Amino acid sequence: MSATSARLTRLTNIPGSAQLAALAAVLLGNWLVFPGFFNIRMVDGRLFGSVIDVLNRGAPVVLLSLGMTLVIATGGIDLSVGAVMAISGAVAATLINAGTPLVLVVAAALGAGLLCGLWNGILVALLRIQPIVATLILMVAGRGIAQLITAGEIVTFDDRGLIALGTGALLAIPVPILIAAGTFALTTLLVRGTALGLFIEAVGANERASAYAGVSARVVKIAAYVWSGLCAAIAGIIAAADIQGADANNAGLWLELDAILAVVVGGTSLLGGRFSLPLAVAGAIIIQAMNTGILLSGLKPEFNLIVKAVVVMAVLLLQSVRRRD
Amino acid sequence: MKLNRIAAVTALGIMAAAGTAQAAEMVVGFAQVGSESGWRAAETKTAKLRAHQDKVNLRISDAQQKQENEIKAIRSFVAQGVDGILLAPVVATGWDSVLREARDAKVPVFLLDRQIDTSDPTLYTAAVTSDTVLEGHMIGDHLAKLTNNKCRIVELQGTVGSSPAINRKKGFEEAIAAHPDMKIVRSQSGDFTRSGGKTVMESFIKAEDGGKNICAVFAHNDDMGIGAIQAIKEAGLKPGKDILVVSIDGVPDMFKAMANGEANGTVELSPDMAGPALKALIALKSNGTEPQKWIKTPSTLYTPATAAAEYKRRAPLY
Repeated sequence: MSATSARLTRLTNIPGSAQLAALAAVLLGNWLVFPGFFNIRMVDGRLFGSVIDVLNRGAPVVLLSLGMTLVIATGGIDLSVGAVMAISGAVAATLINAGTPLVLVVAAALGAGLLCGLWNGILVALLRIQPIVATLILMVAGRGIAQLITAGEIVTFDDRGLIALGTGALLAIPVPILIAAGTFALTTLLVRGTALGLFIEAVGANERASAYAGVSARVVKIAAYVWSGLCAAIAGIIAAADIQGADANNAGLWLELDAILAVVVGGTSLLGGRFSLPLAVAGAIIIQAMNTGILLSGLKPEFNLIVKAVVVMAVLLLQSVRRRD
Repeated sequence: MKLNRIAAVTALGIMAAAGTAQAAEMVVGFAQVGSESGWRAAETKTAKLRAHQDKVNLRISDAQQKQENEIKAIRSFVAQGVDGILLAPVVATGWDSVLREARDAKVPVFLLDRQIDTSDPTLYTAAVTSDTVLEGHMIGDHLAKLTNNKCRIVELQGTVGSSPAINRKKGFEEAIAAHPDMKIVRSQSGDFTRSGGKTVMESFIKAEDGGKNICAVFAHNDDMGIGAIQAIKEAGLKPGKDILVVSIDGVPDMFKAMANGEANGTVELSPDMAGPALKALIALKSNGTEPQKWIKTPSTLYTPATAAAEYKRRAPLY
């Protein structure tokens, strides 16, 4: 092994160093293409700037990646999160237009996400359908369900309370960022403050061994999918509130792939086992910083996907250096 | 016994009624893409309305955005011996073999709102679509008039590679090419969606000095335009005044935005595609008039002046 690659290995041996390096590189790239990238000012009592955009726009994928991390850690995958976003948005929009109080609207939308997660969990944990197939069912059917709820239209609403969840600000910070941060804290508390995180890693690493150790894989898996459904529902409410309407066809479209990418960029193995929530969040922010950077750069839209793919590949290669050694 | 006789008589009556109905009514199959947008739902609704007016028995099949479903629907329409088929193709390619079956069965096929790619144009009777290049051209001319031929424009493109995105861009660029002080300074794809339009516009505003350097936004469809309006508002600017908003499609929400003074114009993509097609089909069946190969639907520019009234007029359709 050459001296440089040895140095690179040492440098990338610290967990998270690859992600942080990638994040720094993407942010630096954004600053180079747009010197005003780090400028922040106040507009209408809220922070306004490209960095805020990255966090604000990244909030839905951050939320999805929290649930996705837990699911992937159990050795599963959840392809349905985008469709669940569409369902929860549709539920929220139709109920608020029917005059339901905001608290109940949010509860119903979250409940819908919870049910979707429970459905996935039952298919995977009890009926033992392969996760990729089991969640594919809801990925396809879920959008149809959302379209049924909205009758195929974009259901718009003008309830100030609900809109505030997507576009409001508290102490000058946009609400979606606060919601994502809060959910991150709650998830961390749930999996690291209790033994749940350990159980998830155990089930993901070796289901049989953990069964002998008395860990019920079924309960752990169902819990992970339910949490993923819940996170997706929160993201769905934010997405609908952001555009003041539930767009069943497009809300959360392909975001399941961004979420999986965020988790993988965050260093969690698709085979299950060890996971890291903060690094998944970093992964989601890297992806969003890249998206925002592309928009700011003035690049032609034909190049968007190529640039994205090249950056993702670079991050993954950086990680694989670490893993190989 | 008596009951049986009544049943038999009623059945005969129904059959006779059905017989006369068949003689009088033309049966037309409509292979519709699905209901992925409000515009699409309006297209289906208008088709039903026109069929009712023209006394046509319209059989609608919803393909749920899948080509194989549309192909199945066409086959079953041919098997039912319909007088004509309306097809709103979900994609441009892959229609040759099923359209050949329809042609062999002598069933005329009308394409609605989209053209197809085929080496043999005799496979369909006519295509009823709007002129998407013209739409872009019209809204470009409108913007030139609003800004005295001087404007720094940001563009929200539709899905990369889709034909409306390519053509609307082309038409708009043709229109502003005549005015050296009108320039598209930034252009990105918002994928025809509200959230796409909003996200891209947010970044454009930051990149152009908080929006001060942007005179107008041209969105390839109304949904992206509506997203852009929200982004402009959140940046503390007034859409329709600080940054002008023009787009294409004519969906009700855009009329509402114009009525509120937040947008400055839209070119309507008429949802009445079935009307001209049915008219051409009836002419073809009754006296053999060959329709034009491309039946263009009218493109109309709407401005804030009439927006409130137009919104009211459209409400039942959408």
